[in-house]
Amino acid sequence: MSNEPVLLQVNNLTKRFGEKTILNGLSLAVPKGKVFVILGPSGCGKSTFLRCLNGLEPVQDGAIVLDGENLTAKKTDWRSVRQKVGMVFQSYDLFPNMTVIDNILLGPLKVQKRNKDEALQQARELLTRVGLADRETAYPRELSGGQKQRIAIVRALCMNPEIMLFDEVTASLDPEMVREVLEVILNLAKQGMTMLIVTHEMQFARMVADEVIFMDKGDICEAGPPEDFFTSPKTDRAKQFLNILQF
Amino acid sequence: MVAYIIILTRLLVLIEREGDCLALDWTYIIKYLPQYEEALLLTLKLGVLGILLAAAVGLICAVIQYFHIRVLKQLVQAYIEIARNTPLLIQLFFLFYGLPKIGITLEAETAAIAGLGFLGGSYMAEAFRAGFEAVPTTQIEAGKSIGLSQLQLTRFVIFPQALSLSVPALGANCIFLLKETSLFSGIAILELMNTTRDLIGMYYKTNESLILLVAGYLIILLPLSLILTWLERRLRRAQFGN
Amino acid sequence: MLNSGIDVLFQGINLQRLLLGLWVTARIALISIILSFFFGILFGVLRTTGPKAVKVVLRLYLELFRIIPILVWLFVFYFVLPADFEINLSAEVVSILVFSLWGAAEMSDIVRGAVISLPVHQAESGKALGLSVWQLYRHVLIPQAMKRTLPPAINLATRLIKTTALLVMIGVIEVIKVGQQIIEQSSTEYPTAAFWVYAFIFVLYFIICYPLSAVSRRLERKWAA
Repeated sequence: MSNEPVLLQVNNLTKRFGEKTILNGLSLAVPKGKVFVILGPSGCGKSTFLRCLNGLEPVQDGAIVLDGENLTAKKTDWRSVRQKVGMVFQSYDLFPNMTVIDNILLGPLKVQKRNKDEALQQARELLTRVGLADRETAYPRELSGGQKQRIAIVRALCMNPEIMLFDEVTASLDPEMVREVLEVILNLAKQGMTMLIVTHEMQFARMVADEVIFMDKGDICEAGPPEDFFTSPKTDRAKQFLNILQF
Repeated sequence: MVAYIIILTRLLVLIEREGDCLALDWTYIIKYLPQYEEALLLTLKLGVLGILLAAAVGLICAVIQYFHIRVLKQLVQAYIEIARNTPLLIQLFFLFYGLPKIGITLEAETAAIAGLGFLGGSYMAEAFRAGFEAVPTTQIEAGKSIGLSQLQLTRFVIFPQALSLSVPALGANCIFLLKETSLFSGIAILELMNTTRDLIGMYYKTNESLILLVAGYLIILLPLSLILTWLERRLRRAQFGN
Repeated sequence: MLNSGIDVLFQGINLQRLLLGLWVTARIALISIILSFFFGILFGVLRTTGPKAVKVVLRLYLELFRIIPILVWLFVFYFVLPADFEINLSAEVVSILVFSLWGAAEMSDIVRGAVISLPVHQAESGKALGLSVWQLYRHVLIPQAMKRTLPPAINLATRLIKTTALLVMIGVIEVIKVGQQIIEQSSTEYPTAAFWVYAFIFVLYFIICYPLSAVSRRLERKWAA
C-alpha cells in the first residue's frame, strides 16, 4: 500500500437500474497522485462507475468520499463537486458553437468566476503543453478527432480539478490519433495528477497504471499492480479477458 | 434547383414566343403593375409580422415543452393540436367575422397577423422543439461536467445548438406561412389574390392578371427557397465540418 | 345574448344544411385523396426509376405546385380553363382537378422518399437468399416502403381536408359557404350567429382532422424504423 493520503474513497457503492444491479457494492481507495486503470468486458459497469463519481448517474447505496467530503449525501452540490472532478468523454463533446479558447475558458470564467487574464494564461500554457497552441481560434469542426480530444482534456484541466476521470477517451479515434492523446495522459500521470482511466488500450494501461482494477458484471474481480495483473492474473474471469485480447 | 429555374425560364420564353393565342396585353400589365406591387408589399408585411409572431409563440411553447413545465405543457400541447388540425381560413373567419359578434373587433390586418401567428405558432413550436431535442445528451453532460448550472447550460450549450438545428424546419415554415397569406383575401385585405380577382372582374384580362399574380408569389418565394437551401448547406457544414 | 346565438345552429334545418355542406367537402376530399394516392404512387415510382427526362419533368411539376399557393392554382384553373380553353367545368370539378394534381405531386415525393430511404443491403440480402424480383418486392421492399409512406400519406390526407376550406373562395357550396349563407339569413334574429357558426365549423374540422393526425403519429411511433 502507499503512504499518500487517500483522495477518493468509495465504499460499497451500489447502483441499480430497475431490476438490474449494475454496480454491486464496489469499494475502492485511490491515493493522491496515483493512476488507477479500470479494465473489463463491455457492460461490466466501468463507465457507469465513472459517471457516478461526478454525479451524472444516481446511486442507490454506498458512499463516495472525495477529499473528506461525502458526495453521496443528500445535499451535495454537484456543481462545486464537478469543479474538483474533471471528466473527459469518449465523444469529446466540444461545444460546436464556440472556438477552442472559448470552450476552454467557459468553465473557469463562468463557473469559477476567475480573472480573465489569469485563466487565459493558464489555458494557453495547457494548449502549448498538448501541442495545440496555434489552434486557439479554431472551431471544433476544423479539428481532427485526436485534436478535439486533446482540447477536451485541456478544457477539463483548466478547471484545476483534484482528480481526472477518463472514459474510454480513445475509443472513437482513428489508430493514428490514439497515440497523441495517450501521450498527453501519460504526461499528466508523470506530473502527479490523480486519475481514474477506463480504457481498452492494454499496452497503455500497463505503462500508465499504478494499479489495475478489473471489473466484471458490476463487481471488482481483481485489483493489483499492473505487472501482477498482466503476467499472472489470479481469477478465471481475468484470465479469460486477457486471453481474448492476445491472439 | 438552379437548373430547374433555367429550364423553367426557357420554357416560359418559348411559350411567349410561340403562344400567339396567349397574346398578352403588355400595356395592361404595365398599367396595373403598381397595384400589384402594393399588394405584394402588403402581403410581405403581413407575412413577415405573422411569421415573427409565430416564431415568438413557437419558441415559448417549445421551451415549455422541453423543460416539462407542469400545467403549461398540457395547455401548449392542446393549443398545438387545435391549431394544426383546423384550416387557417376558418381561424381567420372566426377572428374577423365571428369575434366582433361578442364584442371583440379586430381590424382586418390585425386579424390576419393574429391568425398567421396562431397557426404558425404551432408549426414553429414543433420546429423549435425538434431542434432542442436534437442537441446530443453528451453535449449536456460535457457541460455539466465543467460545472455549468442549468441556466448556464441552457444559455451556452442548449440554446445556440438548438437554434441552428431548427433552421431547416423554421425556413420551411416561413415558406409555408408566406403561401398561406393568400388566404387573407378571404377577410377583405387587398393583397395579391384580391387585387387579381378585382381586376379580372373589372377588365376580364384573365391571363395578364394571373401571370402577374403567379409572378408576385414567385418573386417572394423562389429567392426564399434558394436562400433556405443555401443556409441548410452552410449549417450542415458548421455542425459536421463536411 | 350569447345564449340565444348558439340556437341558430339548431334552427330549422340549419344543422342539416351544414352537414350536407360537409358532405360536399368530404366528397371532394375523398375523390381527390384517392386520385392523388393513385397517381402519386405512379409518379413516385417513375421519379425513382424512370428515364431522366421524365424525372426532370415530374420534379418541375412538383416544385411548381409546391411553391405556388394552392389558392392561386385554384384561381388559375378556375379562370383560365373557361377563358382560354373554352372548357367550362363546375367549381367542384375544378377543385378535384387541382387538389388531385397537388396531392399527386406531394404523394410522389413521399413515395420517392420512402423508396430511396430503404437500406440498399435489404435488397441485396434478399437477392443473396435467392428471392426472385417479385418475391423481393412483395416480402421485403414493399412492406418496408409502406411503413414509411403511410404516416406521411395520412398527414397529406389531413392537409388536403384542411385545404378544402379554400373552396369557399371559388364558390363551391361546401360547409363554410353554407355557414355563410346561414349567417346572412339569420343575422336579424341571431346577431351573434357569425360567432357560433364559425366556431361550430371550426370544431367540425377539428373532429375530422385530429383523429387522423393522432393515428398517423401512433403509426409513425410504432414503426419507427
